[in-house]
Amino acid sequence: MYKKIMVPIDLAHLELLEPSLQAVADLARHYRAEVCYVGVTSTAPGNVARNPEEYQRKLEAFAQQRKAVHGQPVSTHTISSADPIADLDDLLTAAIQDVNADLVVMPTHPPKHLDVIMPSHGGKIATHTDVSVFLVRPPRD
Amino acid sequence: MAHNSRDERTKEAEPSSEGVPAPEGPANLIDTDYVIGQDNLATDKLGFSIDLHGKVFTISALATVFFVVITLALQAEVEPLFNAMRDWLTGNLSWFFLLAGNIFVLLCLGLIVSPLGKVRIGGMHAKPDFSYSGWFAMLFAAGMGIGLMFYGVSEPMSHFGAALGGTTVEDGVRTDWAPLGAAANDPAGAASLGMAATIYHWGLHPWAIYAVVALALAIFSFNKGLPLTMRSIFYPLLGERVWGWPGHIVDILAVFATLFGLATSLGLGASQASAGLSYLFGVPETDATMVLLILGITAVAIVSILAGVDKGVRRLSEINMGLAVLLLLFVILVGPTLLILTGFFQNLGAYLVNLPALSNPFGREDANFTQGWTAFYWAWWISWSPFVGMFIARVSRGRSVREFLIAVLLVPSLVSVLWMTAFGGTAISQLVGTGFEGVQDAALELQLFVMLGELPLTAITSFVGIMLVVVFFITSSDSGSLVIDTITAGGKVDAPKPQRVFWAVIEGVIAIALLLGGGLVALQAMAVSTGLPFTLVLLAGCYAIVKGLMSEPRS
Repeated sequence: MYKKIMVPIDLAHLELLEPSLQAVADLARHYRAEVCYVGVTSTAPGNVARNPEEYQRKLEAFAQQRKAVHGQPVSTHTISSADPIADLDDLLTAAIQDVNADLVVMPTHPPKHLDVIMPSHGGKIATHTDVSVFLVRPPRD
Repeated sequence: MAHNSRDERTKEAEPSSEGVPAPEGPANLIDTDYVIGQDNLATDKLGFSIDLHGKVFTISALATVFFVVITLALQAEVEPLFNAMRDWLTGNLSWFFLLAGNIFVLLCLGLIVSPLGKVRIGGMHAKPDFSYSGWFAMLFAAGMGIGLMFYGVSEPMSHFGAALGGTTVEDGVRTDWAPLGAAANDPAGAASLGMAATIYHWGLHPWAIYAVVALALAIFSFNKGLPLTMRSIFYPLLGERVWGWPGHIVDILAVFATLFGLATSLGLGASQASAGLSYLFGVPETDATMVLLILGITAVAIVSILAGVDKGVRRLSEINMGLAVLLLLFVILVGPTLLILTGFFQNLGAYLVNLPALSNPFGREDANFTQGWTAFYWAWWISWSPFVGMFIARVSRGRSVREFLIAVLLVPSLVSVLWMTAFGGTAISQLVGTGFEGVQDAALELQLFVMLGELPLTAITSFVGIMLVVVFFITSSDSGSLVIDTITAGGKVDAPKPQRVFWAVIEGVIAIALLLGGGLVALQAMAVSTGLPFTLVLLAGCYAIVKGLMSEPRS
């Protein structure tokens, strides 16, 4: 049913991704789908990488680690931006087309009041794309 | 890059946030164990996430509150103190400011022609993040857009009047404000000297000041991999010590200069804009009008920073650029067209002829002009340079050093010449040609509108003028908040959005508090005084630029 799953990755906050990565692995195996890990990085040095090339290498290594877990083919797509925090939603929405994905899996937080001013990335992306989006919420305590 | 070792690559490729080793590549990363954001406090316990450099943020925030409170509470005491500090600096150290300014210009011009100009910001293969028009609009809006609106008419008029009046000497000291030897009773000579002096203050020197900070930061951040914050300039001098207190102090000073510079300009600008609104449309010139203006500007600035550099700041800057070009073309076409077009080349010539004398730091007889005008301007530009320079650096990745310097130094200088010629030249021709003294007699903030009042379509052009003033304030406020946020986040450009909003709000709050409580001028004097320490930072920046560029591959 799904051939290519796009998974937005924030290498700085991998711990927040854990539940969604598990879902990705299960879905990928179930549908025998390729998984494309997409990272958005700042062109200026950050705490994960000091330039976009370095970020690309780290993302590639991360993808290989995941491949060892789920065994499905992996690919990566790095996007650099002068203002990644502000441009994130647009860049990810555009990336869905660029990598030709038919499913997006990403973590999101439960709805909260601040969403009115600053909507969650996952929710924003889901309203701006025609492919299926699976938003994974953190498990309830 | 051919030298890249495949083995090293795989070894480095650890997806962790730990010490980032230096990969080899077309841009020579500096080998440091410092991880950007390692000294940051990050939490999302407050209902929204924050990610801040503990020491820089805390001390900047506390010191900001402290200074605002003492300025409000002890106005009578601090105002003379801050003013005296600024006057002492520009009075006694004018030679130092002038000399430093010349060094910055010579370095930039030298780099344009040297082989180092081939180095590309962000590494040999980096692609520009913004188009030429967007890039240029942003650096112009951040750099001096607002100043051109206020001084485009008034400064040429001031120098013209002073030069025409000739020199006056009391007790062997010149008491007039004319540049150089003045041009007594010679309107053509006074106009030429007045324009040369104005262009001197708005041409190569201010842009070289910005270019030095911007280039130093851009090279050390995008090519060397250091955080995009002021302290990185000092790396070649201080090494790993920049991550400690010497670096904290430089960053805190930069936050100070930017925040107080912006907030006081916003407060003073609001009173000027409301004077314009009252002159044009009869809007009452009350505190309420000014507070509403500040609230409006801050609100739009917040929308703009939430939208980000590309969708917010760039778009607004481009709109403003378009409006400014329209107004400029209008004045050129409807004003004395031939005079402006020939004047452009004459003024450019007068600038170049008078430049050696105007920029001579030693043995000057026109003390009032060098201290009251030039040194004050230099201190002012330099105190703005952390903000403007850092913002220019952030949007300049992917440009070669030569391309960068032509766009940041030469093109804006030419635009300044054209702008000053069109606006100042028209006002001077109104005075000399038709004997219209309205501009000369008007208050400084109204001179632009009085000049436009003598041209057709006044209602439209004056409205465009007011719009330009307001939008230039918005673009200063949003780019300034981005810069302060990046510095207080330890150089992270991807810190959470609420922090940007926080700084934009603080700026507006300080502006309103000081507007209502008094003390805008005093605090601005203090902001300008930070020009002295930053002159030292910039001189360090010159050394850093040369050292940094020497070790870069040239494409």
